[in-house]
Amino acid sequence: MGDVLVIAEQRDGKMRPVTNEVVRVAAAMAQGLGGSAHALILGGPGVGEQAGDLGGFGAEVVRVAEDPALERYVPEIHAAVIAEAVGSRDYAAVFFSATALGKDLAPRVAALVDVPLASDVTHLEVDDGRLFGTRPIYGGKALARIGFEASPALLSLRPNVFGADGCQAEGRIEPFAAAIPDGVRTRIVDFRPAESGSVDVSEASVIVSGGRGMKGPEHWGLLEDLQKALGPGTALGASRAVVDAGWRPHGEQVGQTGKTVAPKLYFAVGISGAVQHLAGMRTSQTIVAINKDPDAPIFAVADYGIVGDASEILPRLATEIRALRSEG
Amino acid sequence: MDIIVCVKRVPDTETRVRFSDGATEIELEGVKYIVSPYDEFALEAAFRTTEAGGGGQVTVITLGDESSQETLRAALAAGADAALLLRGSVTMDGLATAKALAAELETRDEQLVLFGVKAADDDQQQVGPMVATLLGRPCATNVTSFEVDEGVVRCERDVEGGTEVVELDLPAVVTLTKGEFELRYASLKGIMAAKRKPLDVKDADLPEARLEVVRLDYPPERPEGRIIGEGPEAVPELVRILRDEANVL
Repeated sequence: MGDVLVIAEQRDGKMRPVTNEVVRVAAAMAQGLGGSAHALILGGPGVGEQAGDLGGFGAEVVRVAEDPALERYVPEIHAAVIAEAVGSRDYAAVFFSATALGKDLAPRVAALVDVPLASDVTHLEVDDGRLFGTRPIYGGKALARIGFEASPALLSLRPNVFGADGCQAEGRIEPFAAAIPDGVRTRIVDFRPAESGSVDVSEASVIVSGGRGMKGPEHWGLLEDLQKALGPGTALGASRAVVDAGWRPHGEQVGQTGKTVAPKLYFAVGISGAVQHLAGMRTSQTIVAINKDPDAPIFAVADYGIVGDASEILPRLATEIRALRSEG
Repeated sequence: MDIIVCVKRVPDTETRVRFSDGATEIELEGVKYIVSPYDEFALEAAFRTTEAGGGGQVTVITLGDESSQETLRAALAAGADAALLLRGSVTMDGLATAKALAAELETRDEQLVLFGVKAADDDQQQVGPMVATLLGRPCATNVTSFEVDEGVVRCERDVEGGTEVVELDLPAVVTLTKGEFELRYASLKGIMAAKRKPLDVKDADLPEARLEVVRLDYPPERPEGRIIGEGPEAVPELVRILRDEANVL
């Protein structure tokens, strides 16, 4: 009773940082609910070697399902194994991360265990022994506080908003012998990685986004140079206008019909700040706007702004940041 | 091949959202409604598939109140052949919605069901894969393009770090994101023709919601920003602030 299960996310055998964050907040919520945090790791042989680390973020029990069939993410197989684990104990809540993978996986588990799901939750609290989650709706124009009438409460949590400081603890590792379903009718036939070294905009800690004020796709080199200056973990983003114009791929689009992001630092360059765009980036920690138009709505949400021509400001910005980083 | 597209009526993404203190729903007065943008990609994908692959009917289904008929007519005007309104109230409980849709789909023969990857209002991104799971069918989400061939649908998915190619055995469920499918405009002829196309209405088999919206709040205002200055001369001060005050460099 009161225990919270976290579905860990690993890629190529390495635990993803978002999982530490989700375990940390699960431990805090479990305390309020009178239980403890558990984590479940799925993967190929050897994935359990990572398990102890999750204890360091507050998981009292780390359940490990190791099987060659779990090496790659196949939705039906993963969902079935997780549903079995969820049903095997009386959990008060189950937390997924609202990553691309988590958003694909969590609804399937919800349907299997017959419990509704609150997606992309940005705030959690326990009030009078009950868990409540808050999630943005209408593209972040409103926040809905959600109560759960079915048990366990199923949620996916937006990455980067909860934070993950480690604690001094060790988790108890337990194997979980999963029944692998057969007759799966999904086959993954190919994976084509995006350009090498690039970080997906939804995972990045720093984002450099360009809009129509960049005047044309041929000027994106200026944004790429700033991206390089800011170092690894920096991704390029784009407004809907430039994606619609065919200047940039949709995978980079930030906004209500693109990706929702919450990086540590967000540069909006030549982006006027339509409500569409603001919906996707307003929970960023620090927002910097560079725009020719001093009345552009983006300045109303930006923490810091420079008015002027991006083609003059960006090279200087890249140079200054390089100088700062080389000082170390 | 016959295809079903599930759509949702949502407030225009440019709409200003208003609600009073303690409300659990937004005020509907003056709100303009649209077909959820991702559902438009699904519609266009369905049209192109039937056009390329020897015909077939496109049926559009929605769960909603009577006003959703307007959404269905818009889909018929764009080229859908038939429409069905499952009358019921949509809540935050996507699993309840999924059950109502699955109950209808189970009785039908269409091999391919398309959804938008998410609705532009709740943004839960869950009903498509829930329906697939309830029906025991395979599902690919966040798909940018697909081809149907010999009992299989081959999908390109936009995933973190690249593109995944996945094959599903039919019958299957696919959820679409923005890719190559930009919805065509309804022609005047299409709008006229839509009035004569079949639009059925029946009550949804909708279970009670088990997710409850307790309260709505406005997002916290971001603190008033600062214009550091104009032009490249302002850059050193910006960098200093980002390092020393914001601690993000």
